Amino acid sequence: MELKEKLLSSFLAFENQVDVDTYVHDIRSKAIKTFETKGFPNKKDEAWKYTSLNKILKEDYSVFSKEENALEYSDVKKYFIHDIDSYKIIFIDGKYSSHLSDTTHDGMDVCLMSAALTKPKYRLIIENYFNKAAKDDGLSALNTAFSQEGAYINIPKNKIAEKPIQIIHFSTGKESALMLQPRNLIVVGENSHVQIIERHQSLTSNPVLTNSVTEIFANKRAIVDYYKVQNDDQNASLIDNTYINQKQQSHVSVHTFSFGGKLTRNNLNFFQNGEHIDSTLKGITIIGDKQHVDHNTLVHHIEPNCESHQDYKGIFGDNSVGVFNGKVVVEKEAQKTNAFQANNNILVSDKASINTKPQLEIFADDVKCSHGCTIGQLDESAMFYLRSRGIPEKEAKALLMYAFANNVLESVKIPELKKRINKLIANKLAVNIGFDL
Amino acid sequence: MLKIKDLHASVDDKTILRGINLEVKAGEVHAIMGPNGSGKSTLASVIAGKEEYEVDKGHIILEGEDIGELEADERAHKGIFLSFQYPVEIPGVSVTNFMKTAINETRKARGLADMPANEMLKLIREKSELLEIDRKFLSRSLNEGFSGGEKKRNEIFQMAMLEPKLAILDETDSGLDIDALRIVANGVNKLKSKDNATIVITHYQRLLDYIVPDFVHVIHNGRIVKSGGKELAHELEEKGYDWIKEEVGA
Repeated sequence: MELKEKLLSSFLAFENQVDVDTYVHDIRSKAIKTFETKGFPNKKDEAWKYTSLNKILKEDYSVFSKEENALEYSDVKKYFIHDIDSYKIIFIDGKYSSHLSDTTHDGMDVCLMSAALTKPKYRLIIENYFNKAAKDDGLSALNTAFSQEGAYINIPKNKIAEKPIQIIHFSTGKESALMLQPRNLIVVGENSHVQIIERHQSLTSNPVLTNSVTEIFANKRAIVDYYKVQNDDQNASLIDNTYINQKQQSHVSVHTFSFGGKLTRNNLNFFQNGEHIDSTLKGITIIGDKQHVDHNTLVHHIEPNCESHQDYKGIFGDNSVGVFNGKVVVEKEAQKTNAFQANNNILVSDKASINTKPQLEIFADDVKCSHGCTIGQLDESAMFYLRSRGIPEKEAKALLMYAFANNVLESVKIPELKKRINKLIANKLAVNIGFDL
Repeated sequence: MLKIKDLHASVDDKTILRGINLEVKAGEVHAIMGPNGSGKSTLASVIAGKEEYEVDKGHIILEGEDIGELEADERAHKGIFLSFQYPVEIPGVSVTNFMKTAINETRKARGLADMPANEMLKLIREKSELLEIDRKFLSRSLNEGFSGGEKKRNEIFQMAMLEPKLAILDETDSGLDIDALRIVANGVNKLKSKDNATIVITHYQRLLDYIVPDFVHVIHNGRIVKSGGKELAHELEEKGYDWIKEEVGA
């Protein structure tokens, strides 16, 4: 049976399994119909021209894990940023692991989507925010239809979350192939501040497909720093759909570190609903083999005096493929917008490729918008300079690649995470050079 | 220390060096002078092992070993240092991290362990004082936004850190004001010993007032056409290069 048919026929069983609540049930039922109509995207969709899901959709995925699986912390510790105190919301094969998690209800809610969707005390937030930012494309609708588990974070106003929150989805490989559809809702109140690290980690080489939807609402003057660590197993694929709704004077940054996985598609959407908003989108992609990473970004400038900064760096080896499609829309009312976009790439193999496309739709006349993309090789004269100082070819290349990616790391505000990303980059480049960034 | 025998080299099928012969002994300073386009900088790059240059004929022998086939980094490990005429800007790598990497890679190639951090710091402090370099400067990105003088001082700082056997200074005086020139020359002179040697490549005699050569060679059309003592440099300064061209009938 094709995956689409399988999902459609599983929907009733799924709804019977979870508590049927009328409000959410209506949203799910509408969403499954949308998915039935729209289905999975294909290459005829302009936004999917360079990324085909065909191969990964062919696997015979279980759409739910049959049983609850457990993991020992010591076995998966390395996937945590473990040297800092943090809240943790951990899932194993799509199911919540209370054993590995560290949640809170003390002055804020750092807990589970399944609780938020069913318990009356969360009803108001769900009615105000759930599925209010997500678009109704096939993949997002599919996730909405099966939305049940994920992270629910609600920071009330004037609250600084002292510890970062780690959201990690493990898959154990107990199923021969597994599809996961995590759903996260993050609401950050006026003047509040939160840092979140998200990771998807498959522990075996059994195929995993994750279709994730995250909705983030940053209210007035809120500050949200979100970090996505994508360094998954070679048979794990991720479609990440993130929707960010910003109110006036809020600052939201999303850093995406894409080093692993088979196919990764990041649909990152920012909507600026207010003045003096700042949106930051940064990414480092370092891939090889036949890996495929696609960044599809949208920044929608709706009101005046706002800024957006996009800076994506990519290093592509072997037969890997990169895609960057960055769309910036500046509405007529959004005067004095300052929108910056850069996508710089280095191809380290003749067989690697990158498709990069900036897309600007500007309807206002008093704006500053800049964009630029480059594709290049490592600079020969820089290589000779380094080598003439005794640095061998491989290390010199690595040093230049570090340098190339470096400025994206500068804005990472969690030092331990920065260190970890540094290490991941070193591993990815297969070098051990004695310096810190 | 260095013997160059009948060296012919080309870039993009264009022959630039047409039979260079040169011997440099330990403890000596040699100046190589010549008009623009004569092949001075090419000679420097070929000795340092720049890949774009093809050695068509001849030998470069360092302490009895032909290094003509070695990579640039392997030549550096053997003790060759080139101070660049135009040092490359490398954003994102600090001077300190660059030096740490260069020193430890060189030590690795020589079978030594990494230099301990405190020793490295001491060395950096000592050598940056020699070149009158502000410590803050060392955490800046390599050469990025440096003035001409800062770039050249940084080159000699690197030389001081790496302690090469043979240093080649390619137009180190260009772009230097008189104070920077004095600092750079002072650095080079302090690093001189009976065990190392220096080749100074320059168009003008100015630098040679500060770094006094034992020998001066004039290169023209890819060949050394005249050699002499330091007085040759003064003669060139007074009379220009034309008389040499006439003398060799070029």
